[in-house]
Amino acid sequence: MSVAEAFPARRGAASPVVIVCILWLVTMVVVAAGADLIAPTHYTTQDLTARFRPPAFLAGGDLRHLLGTDHLGRDMLSRLVYAVRTSILIAFFGTMIGAFFGTMIGVAAGRLRGPVDLVAMTLTDMQTALPAMFVAITFLAFFGNDIVLFVVMVSLDGWERYARLARGLVVSEQATDYVRAVEQLGARSSRVVFRHLLPNILASLVVQATLNFPQTILLETSLSFLGLGVQPPGTSLGLMLGEGRLHLLNAWWIAVLPGLVIFFTTLAMSLFGDWLRDRLDPTVDPTR
Amino acid sequence: MPSTLLAIALRAIRAVVTLLLCVTIVFVALRAAGDPAEQMLPPETPPDVRAEYRAAWGLDRPIPAQYATWLTRVVEGDFGRSFSDDAPAFDVVVEALPRTLLLGGTALFLALLAGLTAGVAAALRHDTFADRALMGVAVLGYSMPVFFLGILLILLFVLHLRMLPSSGASTPLHLILPAVTLALPLTGRVARFARTATLEVMGRPFIRAARAKGLGRIAVIVRHALPNAAIPLLMFLGIEVGLALSGAVVTETIFAWPGLGRLLVKSVTLRDLPVVQAVILTVTAIIVASNLLVDVLHAFADPKVELARTLGGGR
Repeated sequence: MSVAEAFPARRGAASPVVIVCILWLVTMVVVAAGADLIAPTHYTTQDLTARFRPPAFLAGGDLRHLLGTDHLGRDMLSRLVYAVRTSILIAFFGTMIGAFFGTMIGVAAGRLRGPVDLVAMTLTDMQTALPAMFVAITFLAFFGNDIVLFVVMVSLDGWERYARLARGLVVSEQATDYVRAVEQLGARSSRVVFRHLLPNILASLVVQATLNFPQTILLETSLSFLGLGVQPPGTSLGLMLGEGRLHLLNAWWIAVLPGLVIFFTTLAMSLFGDWLRDRLDPTVDPTR
Repeated sequence: MPSTLLAIALRAIRAVVTLLLCVTIVFVALRAAGDPAEQMLPPETPPDVRAEYRAAWGLDRPIPAQYATWLTRVVEGDFGRSFSDDAPAFDVVVEALPRTLLLGGTALFLALLAGLTAGVAAALRHDTFADRALMGVAVLGYSMPVFFLGILLILLFVLHLRMLPSSGASTPLHLILPAVTLALPLTGRVARFARTATLEVMGRPFIRAARAKGLGRIAVIVRHALPNAAIPLLMFLGIEVGLALSGAVVTETIFAWPGLGRLLVKSVTLRDLPVVQAVILTVTAIIVASNLLVDVLHAFADPKVELARTLGGGR
């Protein structure tokens, strides 16, 4: 079965809301990819004579800083553009790593059963009992913050859901006649897994990844907001919001603009994920 | 019945093993992360003072020995003393725990009240404008980052309207903003779940039978639909405990609510190992215990399913 067959013909076209969501997500990807071309200045360029300038559409704003400046006179638009790049990249790699290892562990557990299954399920139980947020806060503080550890911590969020989902799907898929037929024809286990099982459960896993992505963005931004994620002089949406929190009274835009970007992105991804799930209608639990 | 009890016993053993594995990994990882004496004390500290500090806290012994001592003492209720202010770590956690439970409990109550009402209402007006509007609001709710919502509420109610206090826990008024902040994403998810569950149960034959014998809509929902949706709802809430505690870390930090989450953020910054370990153990125990409770209730409601799940090692 090919990837094209795994995603059957469309059932129900995209509503205007879904189209707006897709447009927003595409914009975010373009902004992240072309940050160097789009941003008017570098995100660390300070201008201490132009601190706390409001956005151009407010009284006192000017066109040199379309979205205003922050407490160090840095251009908000430029900082947002680079922050989008950082946050999207971290959430993307976090999701991919979590999805990859979660799926592999789940497939191995469902395929091999026995002790492998027991170990895999114990690991998922442990992840449920100690949410990624707590592991991340503790480990980032004690091991010192670096970007590799940060991405690994972010990827912990949700891997256990891919593992449980993949395991369940593999167990039920293996019982079908076509898999038994392939096995009786003498196919090696790796062929069964990669040529038959994985392509058949791929759609469900893609939907799970889409629905999990907003949670991963929220984890990244929460940690950076708490000061445990991306460190200055770097920038991320959560870090900007955390810095802006200290200037709410006289410069609300420093916190509110990155907050809106996070909100729109998680919202767009959730709605897109819902639409994708309705379209592909796999065996994902409709409540998650 | 014996099979149900057996299932519960197996579940309980798994819960304890999970808890033990979690705290063990965190203990070993944190001790391996570096010498607390290096991290806690100022750089100019003389070597003999460092050695004394290590000996005083038992940090000079090998990690397995430290672990054995720590575990024996924890079983006796002694979590060690806070590195930063020398108070027993157990007391520090016990002081913060009720505040987190109060915050989480209030948020849960608000979320269930608003979420169930909205979800059931949406299901009863399935595929109408009201249904889509309610579910639209629900998606807005659970996509909203808690820290952004908290900041918007502070901007509106504290800085502009000057109606509510923003930080601390000294009066009941202080509870309002953090509880609403924590409750909103949960409300969105509960509403969505309640809608799906209601739609699912309303399509079953026994509901049609109840309607057919002349029961009114409200009576059907209260007497037949809701009791049947109780177990799935409970299992759903069991999963939500972890998410709510994660949300509480951020909410408590924004509103300076002195609960477990804020305590954790404060103690990791101070490298206060005994308190960090006590908080992690408490959080894990809360999650494991609530999942176990959900499983036990489920086992009594549906013995066959539960035994199969336990022996099969989860779904």
